[in-house]
Amino acid sequence: MSVTPSSEYVVPKLKSEVMISMLSKGLRISGRRVDEFRPINIVKDYIPNADGSAFVKLGGTQVLVGVKFEVGSPFPDTPNEGNLMVNAEFVPTASPVFEPGPPDENAIELARVIDRSIREAKAIDLSKLVLVPGRRVWNVWVDIYVLDHDGNLIDASSIGALAALMTAKLPKVEVRDGGEVVIDKNVKTEPLPLNKAVVTVTVCKIGNYLIVDPDLEESVLSDVKVVVAVSEDGLITGIQKSGHGYLSEDDVLAIMNIALTKGKEIINTVKNILTT
Amino acid sequence: MSMSLYVQNRELVTPGQLLCEGKASISTPTTVYCINSKCYSAVVGLADIEGDKIGVIPLEGFYYPKVGDVVIGVITSVGLTSWEVDIRALHPAVLYASDFLNRPLNPGREVLSDYLDIGDVVLAKVENVGRGRTITLSVKGKGFGKVCKGSLVEISSAKVPRVIGRKGSMLQLLTNECKCEIIVAQNGRILIDNCPSKDFEEIAILAIKKIEREAHISGLTDRVKEFIIKEKVRRGLFVG
Amino acid sequence: MGKGGIKLIEGNLRHDGRRFDELRNISMTVGVLKNSNGSAIVEYGRTKVLAAVYGPREPPAKHVLLPNRAVIRCRYHMAPFSTHERKNPAPSRREIELSKVIREALEPVVMSELYPRTSIDIFIEVINADGGTRTASITAASLALADAGIPMRDLVASVAVGKVDGVLVLDIDEVEDMYGEADMPVAMAPTLRWITMLQLNGVLTHEEFIQALNLARKGIEVIYNMQKEVLKKKYLSIKVEE
Repeated sequence: MSVTPSSEYVVPKLKSEVMISMLSKGLRISGRRVDEFRPINIVKDYIPNADGSAFVKLGGTQVLVGVKFEVGSPFPDTPNEGNLMVNAEFVPTASPVFEPGPPDENAIELARVIDRSIREAKAIDLSKLVLVPGRRVWNVWVDIYVLDHDGNLIDASSIGALAALMTAKLPKVEVRDGGEVVIDKNVKTEPLPLNKAVVTVTVCKIGNYLIVDPDLEESVLSDVKVVVAVSEDGLITGIQKSGHGYLSEDDVLAIMNIALTKGKEIINTVKNILTT
Repeated sequence: MSMSLYVQNRELVTPGQLLCEGKASISTPTTVYCINSKCYSAVVGLADIEGDKIGVIPLEGFYYPKVGDVVIGVITSVGLTSWEVDIRALHPAVLYASDFLNRPLNPGREVLSDYLDIGDVVLAKVENVGRGRTITLSVKGKGFGKVCKGSLVEISSAKVPRVIGRKGSMLQLLTNECKCEIIVAQNGRILIDNCPSKDFEEIAILAIKKIEREAHISGLTDRVKEFIIKEKVRRGLFVG
Repeated sequence: MGKGGIKLIEGNLRHDGRRFDELRNISMTVGVLKNSNGSAIVEYGRTKVLAAVYGPREPPAKHVLLPNRAVIRCRYHMAPFSTHERKNPAPSRREIELSKVIREALEPVVMSELYPRTSIDIFIEVINADGGTRTASITAASLALADAGIPMRDLVASVAVGKVDGVLVLDIDEVEDMYGEADMPVAMAPTLRWITMLQLNGVLTHEEFIQALNLARKGIEVIYNMQKEVLKKKYLSIKVEE
């Protein structure tokens, strides 16, 4: 059952008034413009035991994403495709309000939004992940570990997932007669077959103003946000409105424009970081 | 000072329906809300327009206690110095022993359940509605306190005004025709007592339920009178 | 030709004979349950959902209460017999996400600040699933809240637009959802023109998104009018001359 959350963080009124009056001039308290992302830091191959991984810092938000490949059975309705599974954990280290336990509705929503953004865009060519047709395929596990919360967990996680998938390498695998599949995890072979890059862009509304990449205080002040998944070829591959507020149609149209522009920029930034 | 009206008096309206635009005086702030200079209904109800006062009378809903309301409550819990009373509001109300006894309680020698126990019915006034959840009752005054006899009827509290009628006319009709003592509490509970016979009591109860069902249709008073007469005839209660 | 060998579009008609901008047969009833404060059953074609509202009331778990407004608790759940394959009654990740999305679709309109320290509970059961369960659920929950007399700024109506064989269509059913390229559920408070739910599962171009939003709004306006009628119908009976 979903319950109206209580506001765990309280932004002092004096501070929130300053924030809103600055927004009317197109500025944020951090000095950022309304359409400006915080600097993105990515460390690839952060986790030696993972098949692909990335550590992302977006302002104070820190997210670790690990990709692991396992051999498994295909789903009955997709016998000639590998499987993608995305899971997210809001680790209790990340925030005074995160409690240990199974993923709550926010962690589940984050994982499912990112899963859909990748899956619907067909960012990974799942048909190239078949080992024994109809019987054995690669399962791609993407695990998102939120370590520190300073707002915009979804975009940070999406950037991490993209970076981890782009740098992941499939283990060496041998298919023997009789259909037995043997993995040698110590030998990495080719990269994961990716069709295109996808990221999410979060735009939130504070008062009448739209801002991208909200930090923690901005997230608390805002009562509605839209996460838009954008592929590098300019398609919208996912949308999720989140929060107990509402949007006008004009807001939504403006948000799409912002997201498509920023999405391309972010993808280019990620690619640049990964190729240096 | 201009106001455009978009609904007629007694028109059935739904949540979000635009009622008026411009300067308006709202008679029912919990069922009408305004954004900028446009006012909308917040519930399913009847538009109530009197001069330049606009309101919506809800057809469904629950009871909001107001200070001074007469309520009929049922004791649900006995404490050391107070009782918890169900008055069909959002929270239970509290009745203090000191109010009931009109003197401080002697906790060593007295037990509250001796006076009022779980399930007992009380006629009370709402004395205070505090911030948050505290509703305090009082039974001071003639006629208030424990109710020992009579029949209890429950209706939707939204329909109470119809059972009372304009200037008490409907309640007057019921009392005269059924010859019972009828107390209508604001919280949708009605006490019927001292009827000449069981038949009269039943007619009163049926009439009240009819009012609850047809509360939104005009001409109700006449229909209720007709109904009571028919019932009396049917039960052979008319002499001559 | 869509995946699975099913012809989803034939000329100007869809696989079930509907036009592109045609809703399924929709039926709505309010006040169907005796115990809840408000209730409604809504059917979009073969999708059938039941919504019940209890409250405002004291919740069993006092720690969830908020000091300045009512808490809204919302549960979206699919009955085990509602889907083709029996669904395990335990809440799935999808039901958890949808419970949140549906609650957030209704939060902006419910005047919860009128009832501090209480809970308004919305329980939705999907009785039969054939696509569009969350949109039918939001429509039903909105009716149930109005039926309970809970003040709202507007009703919320919801419908999903899909892209099927490259064509944008209104109110997709399960077949269209499974084999189509996009599924975009939208919920709006139409008088106020507020969008309270917006999701996309699939891929659209920017231009397609704009068209899809327009198509959704048209469907929502029809559904909204039906909601108003069904709420009034409960009270309209023989008119008596004054």
